[in-house]
Amino acid sequence: MAVTQLIGAKIHRREDPRLVSGHGRYIDDLNRPGQVYATFVRSPYAHAKIQKIDLTEAKAAAGVRAVYTAKDFQGQVAGTHPTVAAFAPEKKTVPDRFPIASGEAAYQGEIVAVVLADTKSAADDAANLVQVDYDVLPAVGDLEKALEPNSPKAHTDLADNLGWDMTLVPWEATDSAFGSAEVVVKERILQQRLAPTPMETRGVLAEYDTFDKRLTIWMSNQNPHFIRLFVGGALSLPESSVRVISQDVGGGFGSKISPYPEDYLVPAMARMGGRPVKWIETRTESIQNTTHGRGQIFDVEVAAKKDGTLLGMRLTQYLDLGAYHGTFGAFQACACVMAGGAYHWQGISARTVGVLTNKVPTDPYRGAGRPEATHLVERMLDRLAQEIGMDPIELRRKNFIQASEFPYTQNFGLVIDSGDYEKSLAKAMSIAGYDELRKRQADLRGKGRYLGIGVSTWIELCGFGPSALAGATAGVALVESAQVRVHPTGSVAVYTGTHSHGQGHETTFAQIVADTLGVPYEQVEIRHGDTNEGPSFGYGTYGSRSLAVGGMAIHRASQRVVDKAKKLAAHMLEAAEEDIVFDQGKFHVKGSPEKAKAMGEVAFAAYGAGLPEGMEHGLEAVAYFDPPNLVWPFGAHIAVVEVDPETGSVKFEKYVAVDDCGNVINPMVVEGQLHGGIVQGFSQALFEDVAYDEASGQLRTGTMLDYMVPTAVEIPDIQLDSTVTPTPVNDLGVKGIGEAGTIAASVAVINAITDAVSPFGITHVDMPASPDRLWKQIKEARGVSATSANGGGGAQA
Amino acid sequence: MIPAAFEYERATSVQQASELLQRFGEDAKVLAGGHSLIPLMRLRLSQPSALVDINPIKELDYITVEGGKLRVGALVRHVQLQNSDTVKQNLPILAEVADEVGDNQVRNLGSIGGVMAHADAAGDYPTLALILDAEIVTNKRRHAAKDFFKDIFTTPLEHDELVCEVVFPIANGPHKYIKFRRRLFDWAIVGAAAQKVDGGWRIGLTNVGPTPVRSTAVEQALASGASPADAAEHASDGLNPSADLRASADYKKHLARVLTRRAIEQASA
Ligand SMILES: Cc1cc2nc3c(=O)[nH]c(=O)nc-3n(C[C@H](O)[C@H](O)[C@H](O)COP(=O)(O)OP(=O)(O)OC[C@H]3O[C@@H](n4cnc5c(N)ncnc54)[C@H](O)[C@@H]3O)c2cc1C
Repeated sequence: MAVTQLIGAKIHRREDPRLVSGHGRYIDDLNRPGQVYATFVRSPYAHAKIQKIDLTEAKAAAGVRAVYTAKDFQGQVAGTHPTVAAFAPEKKTVPDRFPIASGEAAYQGEIVAVVLADTKSAADDAANLVQVDYDVLPAVGDLEKALEPNSPKAHTDLADNLGWDMTLVPWEATDSAFGSAEVVVKERILQQRLAPTPMETRGVLAEYDTFDKRLTIWMSNQNPHFIRLFVGGALSLPESSVRVISQDVGGGFGSKISPYPEDYLVPAMARMGGRPVKWIETRTESIQNTTHGRGQIFDVEVAAKKDGTLLGMRLTQYLDLGAYHGTFGAFQACACVMAGGAYHWQGISARTVGVLTNKVPTDPYRGAGRPEATHLVERMLDRLAQEIGMDPIELRRKNFIQASEFPYTQNFGLVIDSGDYEKSLAKAMSIAGYDELRKRQADLRGKGRYLGIGVSTWIELCGFGPSALAGATAGVALVESAQVRVHPTGSVAVYTGTHSHGQGHETTFAQIVADTLGVPYEQVEIRHGDTNEGPSFGYGTYGSRSLAVGGMAIHRASQRVVDKAKKLAAHMLEAAEEDIVFDQGKFHVKGSPEKAKAMGEVAFAAYGAGLPEGMEHGLEAVAYFDPPNLVWPFGAHIAVVEVDPETGSVKFEKYVAVDDCGNVINPMVVEGQLHGGIVQGFSQALFEDVAYDEASGQLRTGTMLDYMVPTAVEIPDIQLDSTVTPTPVNDLGVKGIGEAGTIAASVAVINAITDAVSPFGITHVDMPASPDRLWKQIKEARGVSATSANGGGGAQA
Repeated sequence: MIPAAFEYERATSVQQASELLQRFGEDAKVLAGGHSLIPLMRLRLSQPSALVDINPIKELDYITVEGGKLRVGALVRHVQLQNSDTVKQNLPILAEVADEVGDNQVRNLGSIGGVMAHADAAGDYPTLALILDAEIVTNKRRHAAKDFFKDIFTTPLEHDELVCEVVFPIANGPHKYIKFRRRLFDWAIVGAAAQKVDGGWRIGLTNVGPTPVRSTAVEQALASGASPADAAEHASDGLNPSADLRASADYKKHLARVLTRRAIEQASA
């Protein structure tokens, strides 16, 4: 193997010059000759019977090519929306979902008709002319009320709103833990719905070749091969006739994994009308109709001894499924199996309940289940620490799974590969100056100022996923493919089944290949996002899997190339293969490095005359990597905030994050992933909340003015550092880092806020911790009327 | 979404703008900075039949001091108010408020005339105009600020009436405007203004009702010697703010009191 030079190097992302100079190739940058534009007519109601649709005016409008409703797609789009079977619950109801509603619309934004016109504005104008008579039905909004027997139903034909109900571990299993408890703390923890809000909204451009019967779909997507599988199937086209191309993707955060109604309808219309069809999602459509994340309530109880020894946990997850199951929605139940976090527990009982409501479906969103788990366990540890009067860090240390215990089988039977939780925590404490902070906090409290310190010693499972553990990944094997081609003149093209929507794969994967093959980095090109290139199937990018699974497939394929090149080099050097040394991209006979053959020379030879007896031509290899286990990154985050008790405002003072994702390919890319991830955690903690009118189910946050995403100004400096604990699971020793920041951050912030206001007797703060909410909570905790403008501390607005 | 179709004309003088507005009739609208109008049109909440673009009108772009008054042309942008020495010397609170409107994009295009004409409950200048007894001068008449902000998005402007100028008194004594918001570019959840004019306090509030509010009760309390803290207790007297996504009515009333106290204290500091 070549001496490692590039792996670990902090080099700039090669995709950035293109992306930051306006040369990215996003969906709306692409146009096809003769294309028409689609505008969807959507239900304005959360729940309504569709009585009558009158298309007369819309069809007669200028520039309109066609107006379609559900019946026009009969025979064009077959089957219902795919959902993966995550587990076998005691009870499960999966309402059929078609890409376009016919009898009943079950969420605001569900498609009821679509207009095709020559221009975007003509399509928008005509969409307003489609007359739909609705009979408005009661909407199901609140999760708990939805479970009451007399609740209206999310679909009129349902017996109840229970999407699933599954007890993973029964309550009796923790009877002894709770029986021997000296202290039990209980909490209800809310996880509000979040809109993924990628900078680039979704979009589909489809073209059907009526002669070759080939369909090409350009779309903004995280896993083009799955789309080819789903859409090809629904349109009765062989996968070989369907090409899905996804070039630059302006963010996804999980919301561009599952297929969407438009992904079926736009290609179907391209086939029906014989013209390319383009649809670009508006921002309001994105907030309203792109799957949401979170939307959960947790009821948790923790049993412990007074000295802080954790004994047992019991939790129930209520998950707002929306009107239909998200394709990978069930994955979010992994919050239950991750609820134990970084700690020893005698036992954990868990139940997950999926609830159907009249809202857009929820599906994985950055972290998907793991942020919820971390939030829950880290929150409960602080809750317990407060109850027994122990420093939250001491409580964590007392219960940590120790470095010597790995591989460690946790309560749900998953094997944690490696870790050193104490080490990252100690480093974070020293960077943050933890002991000083506690002193400062005490001083400031004396002066009526409320500083809060929050810790999150997070762990994560990622790198989905081993086929042997398909049960943990919603029932699908999520292995990965790669092809490495060395061309006769030595340039290298690498095809990966993962797809970048901001992760920097063009850079990091090239670093791996350049090192493994010993060729210059500039000579290696990474290709992804086109189902006509590379191996026959790819699994896409999500679940922090790309490096630990896709990178490994690339590494393996590269090694296969080296193995073959070595055989050929031995022949060229007239030596036995065992005597060949591969060093810095060159092959030589042991002891005589001056007579070497570079990889490029060997490649050229591989396509020419004079190969050894029995050797096939070419220098390329395909590999599929099925990881033996998941990988488990971890770290320690410390947030420091000051709360103005008079207004409920939260001001950041400091944020320290020490994370461990095993070996690092490119520290700069890791930092970028952490920054973005942490900001999303802050954002959930303080700002974002998809709000619906409870009575009508109408979305109240349909624009970026109302749906609050913070800007750079609202974000504090983030001090990053790391520890390195390689995983034994793969040869590169790497774990994922794409979701880590989000998984860790929301609870660090909320723990800090709760700590700040704990002198008022507050033990829990929910998200988003808006000033209004916090002020009200402080006011109630103080038990005084809020009419006094003089109360509280001196912090200034 | 993109706006519905509309006609479009550029005017280079007030005279021409008036004529165009008359010609296009009731459903036409003036286009100034477009930072309130265009978003509404994109969401199709506003569908004017025609836009009269007044941006080329040079005669509406000036900041001067005349007859002891600060005169600001309707097309003066936030960024100009923010940076103008004339404003900083004669009415510094206006420059400070301008500095807190929206973000760079908004401040580079949004105009003072647009803010007045739009009469958003969360607009910041209307509060200053109200407490300072400013005048809004149009191509037809002069409006006292206290008679101008009738209701949310409602002014006495007629369809062919163009805001040309806003006339403020000169006031460079103690002052403070506190705009309470979540994100830098957000509108005020509540804003509180305190300005000393001729030895007396003028106190005003933003976004605690459909129109800006002048807190005469606070002003009177201060005039009769109450401490800022005691006076500010009256800031919510008679207020009936509506709840929104950002704040409950109670919270807005609470903020009115807290921010008023802080504004007076900080102005005096
Ligand atoms: C993200 C964002 C944040 C903002 N934050 C704030 C804030 O914090 N505080 C604040 O005060 N504003 C804020 N604004 C609004 C901004 O100041 C607008 O620019 C302003 O409200 C309207 O001014 P305009 O010149 O853009 O007017 P336009 O949008 O062009 O017009 C607004 C309305 O006024 C009418 N109009 C405009 N000029 C005249 C005139 N001379 N005569 C008659 N009618 C006229 C138009 O016909 C239209 O009905 C924000 C805007 C955005 C987009």
